[in-house]
Amino acid sequence: MKGVFAHKFWVIVWPYIWMLVFFALPFGFILKISLAESMIAMPPYSDIWSWSDGRLTWLGSLDNYRFLLEDDLYYLAYFNSLRLAAVSTVLCLFIAYPMAYGISRMEEPYRSLFLLLVILPSWTSFLIRIYAWIGLLKTNGLVNHFFMSVGLVDEPLTMLHSDFAIYLGIVYGYLPFMILPIYANLMKLDHSLIEAGYDLGARPWKVFLTIILPLSMSGVVAGCFLVFIPAVGEFIIPELLGGPDTLMIGKVLWQEFFVNRDWPVASAIAVVMLTFLIVPIYFYRRLEMKQLGVGE
Amino acid sequence: MKISRYLLLAGLVFLYFPLLVLVIYSFNESRLVTIWTEFSVKWYLELLEDRQLMDAFFLSLQIACSTAFMSVLLGTIAAYVLVKFGRFPGQTLFSSMIIAPLVMPEVITGLSLLLLFVGLGNWLGWPASRGAMTIWIAHVTFSVAFVTIVITSRLREMDSSLEEAAMDLGATPLKVFLVITLPLISPALISGWLLAFTLSLDDLVIASFVSGPGSSTLPMVIYSSVRLGVSPKINALATIFVGLILVGSFVFWWSMQRWTRYSAAKTSGQQ
Amino acid sequence: MNDAKVHCAVEVVNVSKYFDDVAAVDQVNLKINKGEIFALLGGSGCGKTTLLRMLAGFEKPSQGDIKINGVSVLNSPPYQRPVNMMFQSYALFPHMTVEQNIAFGLKQDKLPAAQIVARVTEVLGLVQMEKFRSRKPAQLSGGQQQRVALARSLAKKPALLLLDEPMGALDKKLRMQMQLELANIIESVGVTCVMVTHDQEEAMTMADRIAIMDQGRIMQVGQPREIYEFPNSKLTAEFIGSINLFKAVVSGGELTCDELPGQVVAGEANAAFDGPCYVALRPEKIRLEAGRNLDAKNCAAGKVNDIAYLGSHNVIHVRLDVGAGQGKVVQVHVSNFARHATQTFDFEQSVVLSWDQDAVVLIKADQP
Repeated sequence: MKGVFAHKFWVIVWPYIWMLVFFALPFGFILKISLAESMIAMPPYSDIWSWSDGRLTWLGSLDNYRFLLEDDLYYLAYFNSLRLAAVSTVLCLFIAYPMAYGISRMEEPYRSLFLLLVILPSWTSFLIRIYAWIGLLKTNGLVNHFFMSVGLVDEPLTMLHSDFAIYLGIVYGYLPFMILPIYANLMKLDHSLIEAGYDLGARPWKVFLTIILPLSMSGVVAGCFLVFIPAVGEFIIPELLGGPDTLMIGKVLWQEFFVNRDWPVASAIAVVMLTFLIVPIYFYRRLEMKQLGVGE
Repeated sequence: MKISRYLLLAGLVFLYFPLLVLVIYSFNESRLVTIWTEFSVKWYLELLEDRQLMDAFFLSLQIACSTAFMSVLLGTIAAYVLVKFGRFPGQTLFSSMIIAPLVMPEVITGLSLLLLFVGLGNWLGWPASRGAMTIWIAHVTFSVAFVTIVITSRLREMDSSLEEAAMDLGATPLKVFLVITLPLISPALISGWLLAFTLSLDDLVIASFVSGPGSSTLPMVIYSSVRLGVSPKINALATIFVGLILVGSFVFWWSMQRWTRYSAAKTSGQQ
Repeated sequence: MNDAKVHCAVEVVNVSKYFDDVAAVDQVNLKINKGEIFALLGGSGCGKTTLLRMLAGFEKPSQGDIKINGVSVLNSPPYQRPVNMMFQSYALFPHMTVEQNIAFGLKQDKLPAAQIVARVTEVLGLVQMEKFRSRKPAQLSGGQQQRVALARSLAKKPALLLLDEPMGALDKKLRMQMQLELANIIESVGVTCVMVTHDQEEAMTMADRIAIMDQGRIMQVGQPREIYEFPNSKLTAEFIGSINLFKAVVSGGELTCDELPGQVVAGEANAAFDGPCYVALRPEKIRLEAGRNLDAKNCAAGKVNDIAYLGSHNVIHVRLDVGAGQGKVVQVHVSNFARHATQTFDFEQSVVLSWDQDAVVLIKADQP
C-alpha cells in the first residue's frame, strides 16, 4: 500500500533526523572524548586533533582505556554489574512468570484490573519506590523491628548496603518490565493448544513445560533483555541501596563524572559498557521488531 | 494452575507493601520513620512551604507535558513509517534508533547527550546553556521509543481495510490519516502521551547530566534529599504521587469497564 | 455387563450444563454405538460444542453422567480419558514438527521410543503424510494440517474420537474431498467418533447417525436418510435441506389443509395423531407442469414467480393463486435431465404442482 503522503521522504525525515542527531550522533561524541585527556578547563577535556600550519595533528590516545585496564576497580565494577544484573534477572523471571501466567488465565474484567495493579507502581516514581526500601531494610528499620519482635533474630540483620539489597531493588524496580512481555506472549497463546495437550494425556505440569513455556519463550527472552540491559548500568539502586563498597559500573561512571569531573574516563567507561551491551541490544532489537510484526 | 493465583497475590503484596509503609509513615508525627508516635499532617504542610521543591515540581511538570506532546508527535510518525512504509533506505538504522533507547542504560544516554550539547555548544554556539530545553530534548529522545512501540502495536492491530475503504470513497491520503487513522489510534496516542509524561517526570539520571545550574527537576531535588537518608517529607510527597496515580488509574479502569459494558449492551440491544 | 452395553461406546445420561443459570445443554440422553460416526448438528449456540467439550473433559456437566465403554468418566480429567479430539483450529503445536506433534500423546504414556516411532509412522501412513514428518505445522497447507491433526488424535488409539467442526478451517472445494477421505480413514480404523458441525451436508456425508440440537436439547436422532425423509418437527425439517410447509389440521384421522386448494392425502405412516400440524413437502418431490388442469388431490395451481438456474437443477418459485393459500410461494426443484431442455418455464407462466402421497410428511405443530 502506498503511504499517506506522496513524498514519503518528508514524513520519514522528522523522526529520523531527531534520532540521528540526539541518539546516534552523541555516541560519536562519547567515543571522541574517551580518546581525549582530562584537563582543568571548560569543557574539561582536550582536543583529539589540532589544525595548525595546514596540517591535522592527531592528539588522541587510548590512555583512558589503558587506565581502565590497570585499575582492577573498573574490572571488578564491570564484573559485579554483569553478575548482579544477571542474578536479579533470573530472580525477576521466577517471580514474574507465575504472576504473568496468573493474570493471563483470569477472566475479564479482573484480568485488566490485575494487569493495572502490576503496572501501577511503575507509574509512580522509580526513585521513590527504591527509596521506600531504605526505611524497611535499615538496621533499625521496619523489617528488623518485626524480625526481632517475633524473636526470629536476636540482633538486627544487615540488609541495607549489601548485594541482597541490590537484588531486591532490581527485582522490585524492574518486575513489571518482566511481567508485561511474558503476559503479552501468554495472551497470544491459543488456548486450544493447552487443551490439546491435556487431551493427548499430558498432565498440567507437563503441559506447562512442553507447551506453554516453549511458546512463551520469546516473551521470556524479551523480558530478560528489558531487565538485564538497563540493570547493568543502573545507578539509583546501587546508590541508594548498595553500600559504599558496592561496585556497579553505572555508579562508578557517575562518580567519575560528577565527583572526579573526569569526563574522558567516564566516556571510556561508557564506551566499554556499550561494547558489552551491544550484542544483547542487537538481539533485543531483532526480537522487538519481530514481536511488533514490523517487516525487515 | 491455582498456584499461580497465590503467587500473583504474593507478588502484588511485594509490589505494594513498601508503598503502603511509605504512605502510613507520611502521617507520622515523629521524624523517625520507624517509630509511630501520632497522626499528623505536618509533613504535608512543610512540603507546601518548601519553595525549592515546589519550583522543581512545576519545572518537571512543564518539561513532562512538552515532552509528552513532542514524543507523541514524533512517535506517531515513526510508528506510521515502521508499519505502513515497508522498506526504505536506512530502515535498519531507523528501527535500531527507535528500539535501542528502550534498554539503553540511562548513564550512557545521559553522558552522551551532555557531551553532544557541550560539543555543539562550542562548535555552533547552540545550545548556549543547559537547562529545561536540553532536558526536554533528552526526554523526548528516550520517550519517543516507548511511544512508538505503543502506537506501532495499535497500528498493527488496526484493520487497514478501513483506510482503504476511505481512500476508495475518494479521501486523499492526508485526509484518510487525519479522519480515519488518527481517531482509530487515539487510545494509543493517549496512553503514549501518559507514558511519556510519567517517564519524563520520573527521570533522575539523564536530567542530572544534561541540566544546567538553576534548573533542578523534581527527581533531582528528591534525590538530594533522599541521599541524606529517610525523610518524612519525601514520604508525604510519595503519598501524593501514589494517591494521584492510584485514583487516576482506577477512575480510568472503571470508566473503561463502564464503556465496554455500555457498548456491549448497545450492540446486543441492536440485534 | 450385558450385550447392549458392549455395543454402546458412549452413553450420555441426562446431562445438563448451566452457565450462569442458562442451560447450554439441557437434559441430553444419547447412546453412541461402537464404531459409528455420530454427528451433533445445530446452529451456533445450540449446545453441541459444550456437549463435545464435556465428552473431552474440558467442561464438567452440571448434572447427569457420561459413560465411555460403560465406565463413568465424570471424575477423570481430560488427560486421563481415553478420548482424543481433533480441534477446530487443529491446535497443532507450532514449535514441534509433525512427528513430534503426533508423538506427543504417545510420550505421555511413556511408551518405549521404538514403539513411538513405529506408531507415528503407522498413523502418518494412514493419512498419507509420511513425506512431511519433519515439517513444522506452519509449513503445511490447511488440508495437510488437518491430516496431521487427525493422525495425532488417532495415534493413541482412543476409545472415542471427537471432531470439532472438522471442515471449519477449509475452503469449500477441499471440504468435499476431505469429508469423504476423513470418513474413510475413521471407518478403516474403526474408532467411535463424535463430530460437531453446523453444516448439514458435512453431517450427512460423514455421519452414520445425526443428532439435531437446538437450544441445548436433542430434537431428533437418526440416520441421515431418516432425518431428511421423516423429520419429526418443524425445526428439523427446516434445518436439513429446504422444505415447503403448509398449515393443516388432523381431526379424527381426517386431514384438512386450508393453504392448499385440493384435498391433501398423506402416506399412512404420518397420520397417527390429532391436532394442528404442517404438511411438509420437499422441493424435489414436487412435479411441475404447464397448464391449469387440477386433479382432485395432492396438487395446486400457481404462477412462476422466480427462476434460479443452478446447473444441476433449477429452483423455481411458484406463487399459488387458488384457495386460501393464495400468494404463498412454493419452492420446487426441477432436475436438469437434458442439455437442451424441452420443457422450460417463463415468468408468470401458469403451472400446476403435484406430488405423490408418499411425498407428504405431516409434522405436528409445536404450538396450536
